[in-house]
Amino acid sequence: MSEEKNTAPKETLFSPRNKKLLSEPIGKENPITVQVLGICSVLAITVQVRASLVMAISVVAVMGFANVIISLLRHGIPPRIRIIVQLTVIAALVILVDQVLKAFVYDVSRQLSVFVGLIITNCIIMGRLEAFALNNKVWPSFLDGIGNAAGYGSILLLVAAVRELLGAGTLMGYQIIPNFMYQIGYVDNGLMILPPMALITVGVIIWVHRHRDRSLVDVS
Amino acid sequence: MKALINLIEKLEPNFHKGGRFEKLYRTFEAFQTLLYVKGDVTRSGSHIRDAIDMKRTMFHVIIALIPPLLFGIWNVGYQHYKAIGLEVDFIDQVIFGLTKVLPIIIVSYVSGLAVEFMFASARDHEVNEGFLVSGMLIPLVIPVTTPLWMVAVATVFAVVIGKEVFGGTGMNILNPALLARAFLFFAYPAYLSGEVWVYDALQEGQQFVDGYSGATALAVMFSGEGNMPSDFDMFFGFIPGSIGETSTFAILLGAIVLVATGIGSFKIMASVFLGGLFMGWILNIFAVNDFMAMPAYKHLIMGGFAFGAVYMATDPVSASQTNTGKYIYGIMIGVLTVLIRVLNPAYPEGMMLAILFMNVFAPLIDHYVVEANIKKRLKRMKKVRIQTQV
Repeated sequence: MSEEKNTAPKETLFSPRNKKLLSEPIGKENPITVQVLGICSVLAITVQVRASLVMAISVVAVMGFANVIISLLRHGIPPRIRIIVQLTVIAALVILVDQVLKAFVYDVSRQLSVFVGLIITNCIIMGRLEAFALNNKVWPSFLDGIGNAAGYGSILLLVAAVRELLGAGTLMGYQIIPNFMYQIGYVDNGLMILPPMALITVGVIIWVHRHRDRSLVDVS
Repeated sequence: MKALINLIEKLEPNFHKGGRFEKLYRTFEAFQTLLYVKGDVTRSGSHIRDAIDMKRTMFHVIIALIPPLLFGIWNVGYQHYKAIGLEVDFIDQVIFGLTKVLPIIIVSYVSGLAVEFMFASARDHEVNEGFLVSGMLIPLVIPVTTPLWMVAVATVFAVVIGKEVFGGTGMNILNPALLARAFLFFAYPAYLSGEVWVYDALQEGQQFVDGYSGATALAVMFSGEGNMPSDFDMFFGFIPGSIGETSTFAILLGAIVLVATGIGSFKIMASVFLGGLFMGWILNIFAVNDFMAMPAYKHLIMGGFAFGAVYMATDPVSASQTNTGKYIYGIMIGVLTVLIRVLNPAYPEGMMLAILFMNVFAPLIDHYVVEANIKKRLKRMKKVRIQTQV
């Protein structure tokens, strides 16, 4: 990825370049479908939209703040121990998020169980800290963090919507497939609840994404 | 005959570039080659190219599938009337079977070919002939009770995810027909668990005969309840089960066709059977329960073992290509099938999982077989060089 050096003295808050930081990760530079990072949590927690939504918001919060904090500290972090500093920052934020979830949405917190803690090991977060926040100013770093987390979250929600709709006939816990469908013989697809289907769904999303945007296809 | 050729030739310009039905050219071409061999032969794909089009190759497999299909159709009727305790003659049994099996075959072909035609048009390649066989295999490996829409969903899934994403016929890692079955097995387990596989919808005034369960032989062996059918019944297939898999005898007839025409690999078939026997025998030695103590040969005539060995494992695309590899691949399928059947409490039948598993490993087996051969030859080269230097 090309590192953008923000040398311009004055830049408006939403200059085209900054907007791009926010929008690119959702489409062209999507962390999941293009960089194929953070796949493990996609497999684990996309059975229901509700859990995925909470997960997406958590990651947005962690990533936005982690990028800001690392960006603020970027001149003071000795290069040799930067990974450990980054981990400490992420871990602290994840603990905060975990406590908030336990306090306000206990049932979802139970459902996500260990995967909230595993946000620490989400490769997207570490990747963005290393690749972007360590070399950029605070505001662009913040946008980059939010953008990447949103790119991650959007795929998470898409996969979860497909899996919950076809696997359980519900969305956010509300029944979508009408009862008469079940009466005439429709049956929920049990494979959708199993992890392999998350992988296949992500694969299909990648397929469609590359088909629509030919510049993503490597011609090596 | 002549009239048909003339008709096709008259229609052809309409489908060429600039013609009225340009978009449907691939569809037209598929039907044209189905009826008459076109001038050109298959250029790419899985097989060594010779004078026959791949469609002809696939037709041999269809011919080999006829015995289990016919037997399956009759057996559906036979089992149904046996279940409700009615004595009817042969014709009625066949007719009943036809009314249940034909819709499944039609749905499987229509949904699968629709997807194939769509992809062929979009990517502008010939329609993949591979589905001619897959479309027939899918109905034969599922129970007759499977709802038709499930057959359609599974077929579409198998063709798109199993074949088209990899680039079409000849590029697939897994056997598409088995993938369709695996999809049904995991997505709708209630319909494929092996409990009741007889067409059991009762009409008014009918009821099951006393003590009738409809469980397959594997389910009986697995749960220890119900009557175990005799070896004779299992070999000739007078038992409940998936449509085409019950009769080992009919399948062996098909196997003769496959081997005689050189399309199915005898090495794979034989080694699958050997592997199954071998594992069954080992389990006999360490037997602690009835299933483990069951004579090894029974594994070969129960469930989908024979069908898998003859039609599924020999799929030229997803099996091993090297000769040594074929033996390893086949034996592993046989061994794994019996292992899964006997030792895994979650799955009564292991053939499907074993073949899919070994499909994934087939390229790896080939790789090491080829590597080993290269190493052997290098060694020989070295020896020769040393001798010449001396």
